Amino acid sequence: MSAPATFTLDGRAIAFAEGQTILQAAVAAGAYIPHLCFHPDFKPHGSCKVCTVTVGGRHAASCTTRATAGAVVESDTPAINAERRALVQMLFVEGNHFCPSCEKSGDCKLQATAYDLGMVSPHFDHFYPDRPVDASHPELLLDFNRCILCSLCVRASRDVDGKNAFALAWRGIRTRLIVNSRTGKLADTNVTAADKAAHVCPVGVILPKRRGFATPLGRRVFDLKPISAMADASAAVALAEAGEPRRDRQSDGRLP
Amino acid sequence: MNASAPVARKLKVATTSLAGCFGCHMSILDIDERLFTLLEKVEFDRSPITDIKEVGDCDLGIIEGGLCNAENVEVLREFRRRCKVLVALGACAINGGLPAQRNTLSLPLLLQEVYRSEPGAEHGLIPNDPELPLPLNKVHPLHEVVHIDFFIPGCPPSADAIWAVLTGLLAGEERPLGHGLIRFD
Repeated sequence: MSAPATFTLDGRAIAFAEGQTILQAAVAAGAYIPHLCFHPDFKPHGSCKVCTVTVGGRHAASCTTRATAGAVVESDTPAINAERRALVQMLFVEGNHFCPSCEKSGDCKLQATAYDLGMVSPHFDHFYPDRPVDASHPELLLDFNRCILCSLCVRASRDVDGKNAFALAWRGIRTRLIVNSRTGKLADTNVTAADKAAHVCPVGVILPKRRGFATPLGRRVFDLKPISAMADASAAVALAEAGEPRRDRQSDGRLP
Repeated sequence: MNASAPVARKLKVATTSLAGCFGCHMSILDIDERLFTLLEKVEFDRSPITDIKEVGDCDLGIIEGGLCNAENVEVLREFRRRCKVLVALGACAINGGLPAQRNTLSLPLLLQEVYRSEPGAEHGLIPNDPELPLPLNKVHPLHEVVHIDFFIPGCPPSADAIWAVLTGLLAGEERPLGHGLIRFD
């Protein structure tokens, strides 16, 4: 049997299976390419473009570009990271991202990606959009202010939960997340806190109620380790959020 | 006559808090005994620490808080004119922060709610003393009005983050804040 086909990512050989995209193969190999709308459990969506790399010198979204044998992929370069930083800055000014009051701070992939890209300011002018929250559901809070339109909740609710409770409405700059119910309220869907859709949000839009700040700031997933040092950040966040509050964890991440 | 080694001029630093809570200034004080090291190289001009009211010509200006009224804008522009390098310190200076939570509400509605709905010091009237600066329609971060040279995020930024940026600037270089020092919360 011949050796598995490989491509190079910043000079490192990455093995891939037929049909895998560059980002799928990289995540499986434990190599980090920044990404927000991609999740290993779901079909790629290709909307946030933060996973943009160059393949043979040409820009491509690595989550939707199939891996090919011998491809030369560049990801961690100052030029590409500057483009990613600009994309993330635009996400910050398009929504209302006030980290100090957000329960997701420290477990948020948008914030962790911004940290890792060295983003110290939003650079652009803020939109300050008016996006009321939906607190109608007994178990879950929806805060649309933080939505980055990754569509992971849409995909999870439709493809895993079979409930089709979320959708992206409108198009272009007016695109926004909506709830598929007669009233538009989450309480009028059959979504529960046990749904996959309630646990895939990379930012702080879909949050469980009554768990606010159970884990103090400073002891959360990306407080302990930069996102670029994690093979699968989505899994790390899911594991931490499913577990007990991380009250007793030491600053180096170990339990006493 | 022997030429003696030139005595390095102390850098002049001004600081102020606009629409902030002074938490970032508490973080400046939190650099603790390192303040003595700092004071060998800098002297403070206008700052809550010196209580000097007018900003003079400075090498470095450090500004906490965003812009919520006309006076904030005036002070920011004065700092930009007088300071060679301007640093935005903390979440409010960078994205408006907590005061910017009012940005989706109309200003007349807010003033009604605060001053007209309950009897208070102004006897149910909206204050209109000419000495009071007029509130802006929306709260804005500093970089939307003047050029900002450096940013230190955080609510508040840690003393270590402030120290890292200040010592870098005093050494004449921009030192990126690494993991643990770059924080938005």
